[in-house]
Amino acid sequence: MESTILKSENFSAWFGEHQVLKNINIEIPRNNIVAVMGPSGCGKTTFIRCVNRMHELTNDTRVEGSIFYTKNDIYKMNPIILRRFIGMVFQRPNPFPTMSIYQNVIAGYTLNGASLNKNEKDEIVEDSLNKAALWNEVKDVLHRKGTFLSGGQQQRLCIARALAMKPEILLLDEPTSALDPISTAKIEELLFELKKNYSLLIVTHNMQQAGRVSDRTAFFYLGELIEYNDTKEIFTNPRNEKTQNYITGRFG
Amino acid sequence: MSLDDKLSNVSQSTDMERGILIRKYKNIFLKSLVIFLTVVVTLPLLLVLFYIFKRGISAISWSFLMNLPKPVGETGGGIFNALIGSAIIIGIAAVIAIPFGVSIGVYLSEFRKTKLAYWTLLSVDVLQGIPSIVIGIVIYLWIVKTMGSFSALSGSIALTLMMLPSIIKSTEETLKLIPDTLKEASLSLGVPYYRTILKVILPAGISGILSGVILGIARIAGETAPLLFTAFGNPFTNTNILKPMASLPLVIFNYAISPYDEWHELAWGAAFILIVFILLLNTLTKLAEKKWKVQF
Ligand SMILES: Nc1ncnc2c1ncn2[C@@H]1O[C@H](COP(=O)(O)OP(=O)(O)OP(=O)(O)O)[C@@H](O)[C@H]1O
Ligand SMILES: [Mg+2]
Repeated sequence: MESTILKSENFSAWFGEHQVLKNINIEIPRNNIVAVMGPSGCGKTTFIRCVNRMHELTNDTRVEGSIFYTKNDIYKMNPIILRRFIGMVFQRPNPFPTMSIYQNVIAGYTLNGASLNKNEKDEIVEDSLNKAALWNEVKDVLHRKGTFLSGGQQQRLCIARALAMKPEILLLDEPTSALDPISTAKIEELLFELKKNYSLLIVTHNMQQAGRVSDRTAFFYLGELIEYNDTKEIFTNPRNEKTQNYITGRFG
Repeated sequence: MSLDDKLSNVSQSTDMERGILIRKYKNIFLKSLVIFLTVVVTLPLLLVLFYIFKRGISAISWSFLMNLPKPVGETGGGIFNALIGSAIIIGIAAVIAIPFGVSIGVYLSEFRKTKLAYWTLLSVDVLQGIPSIVIGIVIYLWIVKTMGSFSALSGSIALTLMMLPSIIKSTEETLKLIPDTLKEASLSLGVPYYRTILKVILPAGISGILSGVILGIARIAGETAPLLFTAFGNPFTNTNILKPMASLPLVIFNYAISPYDEWHELAWGAAFILIVFILLLNTLTKLAEKKWKVQF
C-alpha cells in the first residue's frame, strides 16, 4: 500500500464571489505522477496554486476545507516553509533574468540569505542540473545568463532550480505547453526519472502526455473533481460520461 | 504568362508609371519637409549650446574652479563655493529622494488597485506640474520661516520635491513591466515577499530606476527658482547645511543680472559647467540603460 503525501478534504476556492473549486477530495500517493486534466477554466491551475498557497497571493481570494501535506494542514503551516517542501514549475519558463545559470540554480538559497561555501554551491548546482538532465548541455556556460538558453533548456533550468531546494512534491503547470516536441519529450523523460524521488502533480492539456507520463489522472470539470483513477482506467474505461466525452474529444 | 512578360507589361503601362512618379515626388516632398522642420528646431538649440561653450570655455581655468568670487573690479575669481554648494545640495536632495521615490514607486506598482495608490499617483502628477518657484515659496514658508534662516537643507528639500516625481514614475513604470511570473518564481522557492522585492524585482528593474534617478538629478541640477528662497546663496565656501549656501544656478542668476563684465564672465563659465554636467548625466542614463538592460 502506497503512502499518501498530499490529501485534500472538501476543499473549495474562490476568486471574489466566483467559486472556482468545489469540494475537492483527492489523495496523491508518494512517488507517483498525477496528471490533472480538464477543459480550460475548470480550475486546474487554481488547484495546484492552492497546494503551495500561491492562490492566496491574489487579492480577494479565499479557500475552505483543508489540504494535508503528510499529516500537516498546509493552511496552518507557514507558507514560506511549505513552499520549500512543495516546489513549482510554471507554464512559461521564468528563470531570473539578472542571474547566470549557476546563480539561478542556487537562487532558492541565495535569495533566502543562506550562506553556502563554494563547494556546497558547486555540488548543489551540478546535482540539480544533472537531475534536470541539463548538466551536459550547460556545464561549460554556467556563468552565462539563464535567459540565453532555449525555451526547453530554460524550463529544465527552472526544474533544476526547484529541485535544488530538495522538495518532496513538485507541482508543474503545463510545463511543456510553450515548448517544441523535442524539448517536450526531454522533459517527459525527465519527469519519469524524477518520480523515483519526488511526487509530481502535473497539469496538462495534452491527453497523450497524461497517458504517457502519469500513474493516475484526475479529471476536473467546472471546478469539480469528476473522476480520479489509474491513468489506464481513465483512458480505457472512464466511469463518468463527462470524462468519456472529454477523452474522446467531444468537448474541451 | 511568365513573370518576365508580366514585368514588361507593367513597364509598358504609362499610366502606372506616372502614378509611381507622383508617389515618388510626394515621398521626396514629405521627406524634405520633415528634415527641414527638424533642422529649423535643432539649429537654434545647437547654436545655444555652441554659444555657451564658446563663451564658457574661455572663462574656465584652474583658478576659476578653485577660487572664490572676487569683489567687483578685481579680475580672476572663481566659483569654488558654488561647485561645492551644488554638490552638497544636489547630493542631499538625491539621498532623501531616492529611498522615498523608489519605495513609493514600488508601492504603486505592487498595490496598484488600492485607494492610497490612486491618490498617491494623482498627487505625484500634480506635484510634477507645480512650477518650481511655487515649490520654493512653499518650502520658504514651511522650513526657512520655521527654522529662522535660509539654509542649504531647505534648498535640498525643495529639490527633493522636484525630483521625486521623476523617480517615482520611472520606478513604477519599470516595475509594472516586469512579468508577475518572476515574482511568483521567487515566492514559489519559499523566498519571503520583502526579499523577493529587494532581491528579484528591484534588480530586474535597475536600469529603468537608475535612469529615472539620473534624469531626476539632471532635472534639478539647473533649477534656480526653488533655491532663491531657500539656499539663498553665499559668497563664501560653506559646508554647514543649516546655513545659506552658494550653487551654480544661483551664481549664474546673480552674476548674469549684475552690470559687471567680470561677473558676466563668471556666469558664462558656470553655465558651461552646468551644461557639461547635465550632458554627462544624460549620457550616463543611456549607458545605464544599456549596461543593465534586463532581458526577460
Ligand atoms: N486572477 C484571477 N482573478 C479572477 N478569476 C480568476 C483568476 N484566475 C483565474 N480565474 C478564474 O478561475 C477559473 C479557473 O481558472 P484556472 O486558471 O484555474 O483554470 P485552468 O483550469 O488552469 O485553465 P487553463 O487550462 O486555461 O489554464 C476560471 O474561471 C478563471 O476565470
Ligand atoms: Mg491553467
